[in-house]
Amino acid sequence: MAIEIRWHARGGQGAVLASRFLAASALRENKYFQAFPQFGTERMGAPIVAFTRVSPSPIHLHCAVVEPDVVAVMDPTLLGQVDVLAGLKPAGTVVVNYPGPVEELRRVLGVKDGGVRVAAVDATRISSEELGRPIPNTPMVGALSRITGVVGIDNVLAEFRESMGARFKPPVVEANLRAIRRAYEEVQVG
Amino acid sequence: MPRLIGLTGDGAAAEAMRQIDPDVVAAYPITPQTEIVERFAEFVADGLVNTEFVAVESEHSAMSACCGSAAAGARTITCTSSQGLALMHEVLYIAAGNRLPIVLINVNRTLSAPLNIHCDHSDSMGSRDSGWIQLYCENVQEVYDTVIQAVRIAEHPQVMLPVMVNLDGFVLSHSVERLELLDDEEVREFVGPFRPVVDLLDLEHPPALGALVAPEFHFEHKYAQWLAIDGARAVIEGVGREFGERFGRNYGLLDPYRLEDAELALVVLGSTAGTARVVVDDLRERGIRAGMLRIRCFRPFPADEIVEALKGKKAVAIMDRAGTQGGEGGPVFGEVRAALYTRGVFLPVINYIYGLGGRDVPAASVARVFTHLGQVAEAGRVDRAVNYLDLRGWN
Repeated sequence: MAIEIRWHARGGQGAVLASRFLAASALRENKYFQAFPQFGTERMGAPIVAFTRVSPSPIHLHCAVVEPDVVAVMDPTLLGQVDVLAGLKPAGTVVVNYPGPVEELRRVLGVKDGGVRVAAVDATRISSEELGRPIPNTPMVGALSRITGVVGIDNVLAEFRESMGARFKPPVVEANLRAIRRAYEEVQVG
Repeated sequence: MPRLIGLTGDGAAAEAMRQIDPDVVAAYPITPQTEIVERFAEFVADGLVNTEFVAVESEHSAMSACCGSAAAGARTITCTSSQGLALMHEVLYIAAGNRLPIVLINVNRTLSAPLNIHCDHSDSMGSRDSGWIQLYCENVQEVYDTVIQAVRIAEHPQVMLPVMVNLDGFVLSHSVERLELLDDEEVREFVGPFRPVVDLLDLEHPPALGALVAPEFHFEHKYAQWLAIDGARAVIEGVGREFGERFGRNYGLLDPYRLEDAELALVVLGSTAGTARVVVDDLRERGIRAGMLRIRCFRPFPADEIVEALKGKKAVAIMDRAGTQGGEGGPVFGEVRAALYTRGVFLPVINYIYGLGGRDVPAASVARVFTHLGQVAEAGRVDRAVNYLDLRGWN
C-alpha cells in the first residue's frame, strides 16, 4: 500500500530534510518514494508544508498530497494556526511533536474518538536532551516509523548512520540515533 | 552494476554531468537550477572531474563561453532557468547557427513579471524557435538518462546542434525520487569521446566560424540548419533505443500511454504526464477509454508521429504550461492542431493552459479535463477552444 504523508513545520526546523530522510530510508526496503516541499515562499519561522510518498510500486503522481494518510506536525504552536487535519483520510493518522499527554492533544485537535489515530511525541524535549538543541526533525521520523510502519526503525537508523555519517561528527550522529530511537519508544497513541 | 539512490532532479542532473566529465562547464546559478551548479562546483573542487569550470558573471556570458569552448572542440555543458535562459536568448541562436553541440539543462521556471521562481514552460517555449533540440523529462530518472543521451545526440556528426534538456522546476528539480544510477564507466563508454566536426584549434585544417554572410547565402545556411534539426529525429530515436538496449529504459520522440484504443486523449509535456497516467488508469477502471500522449521531443517537432498517434480519437485535449499572450492558446496547441489539420485529420481539439507560475496540477484537475473532453466527444464539436485549468475568476 502506498502511504502519503504531509509534514507541517516552521521554516528552519528541518521538515524538508526529514521528508527526504524518511524517503531515503524506504529505499532500504526496496520501496519507491518521493519527497518534496510545498512550493511556496519559505522563510525561517513561517509555517511550511512538505510531502513524502512511499509505495511498493513506482510513483507517477507529480502533484501535492491533498488527502494524506498521515500528517506529521513538527511544531505544536502550529495547532490552531494551520488546519493540519485538512484532507486527512477518515482512518488516517496524525503525529504531533507535543509536550503533553495524548488525550489532551486529541482535545486540542478536536478529534473525536474512533476514526483518526492521534499520536504524541515530545520531540523537542528529546532533541534538546540528546542533541542539546531543539531540532525535532529526526525524532519525528522515529515516531513515524513506530506509528505508521512506513519504514522499519532499523532501516531508519541505518540510513541516518550512512547518509549523515560524513556530514556530522560521530557524537552528533550517535546523539541523533539515540533521539530517533527514544522517539520510537516514547511516542504515545491515543 | 547500477546503484539505487534517492536524488532530486537537480542532483540527478549534476550526477550525470559528473559521470560525463565534460571539458568545460560555464554556468551561473539561478533558482531552481542552483543545486546543479553548486553540486558540480563541489565535484570540481573535490577533483572528481577534469572539467574547466568557468564561473561567469551572467547567463549571457555563460552561453558565450560555451560557444567559444564548443567551437574549440571541447565537450561543453551549461544549465540555467527562466530569466537566465532569457538572458542567453541571442546567444542561443549563435550556438545553433554555428552548429555547436552544447548541452543545456534548463530547469523550467516562469518568466517575470510577476516575479515568481516556480514552474512553467514559458522560459523554454520562448526559445523554441532558436534552433535548439528540446527534450522534456517526466521524472528524475528521465532527467538523469536524458542528460547522458543529450551529449550523444548533440555531438552526432549528422546533428551537430545544441540540445536543451528540460525538467520542471521544483516539481522535479527539488523532489527526491528513486533513481537508478549507472556506473561511471558505463556512462563514459556510452557517451564516448567527443570528435568535433569543426575544431577551431585544428591548425592543420583551419576553419572559419561565425563569419558574416551576405543575403546571397544566408537563406541556404538556415535551410541547412533546418535539415539538420529535422534529421535529428532519427538520431534522438536511435540514441534512445541504444540506451534502452544497454540499460533497460527506452526513450523515443513520443511516449504514448494506453493510447491505442483510447477515445479521449490528453497531450502533455513534462512531469504532469505522470499525474495523467494515474488519471488515465483511474478512468479506464471506470470504463472510460482515456489515453495520454507525452511529447518528449518538442524540437524537432514530431508532427507525423503525433498525427499518427492521435488520428481516430474522438476528442483531444492539448495541455500547455505556457501561454502565447495575444495568440490563440498555447504553443503546443497551435502546433499539434496545425499538424492534424494540414494532414486532413479533423477531430475536435481543445487547449488547456495549466500550472502557470507553479500552480499545482492535482489528479482531480486533470480528471476534469477528461470530463470536458467527454462532453466535446459526445457533441462532436468544440464548445470552447482555449481553457484555463484551475484559474480563479474564470469559468
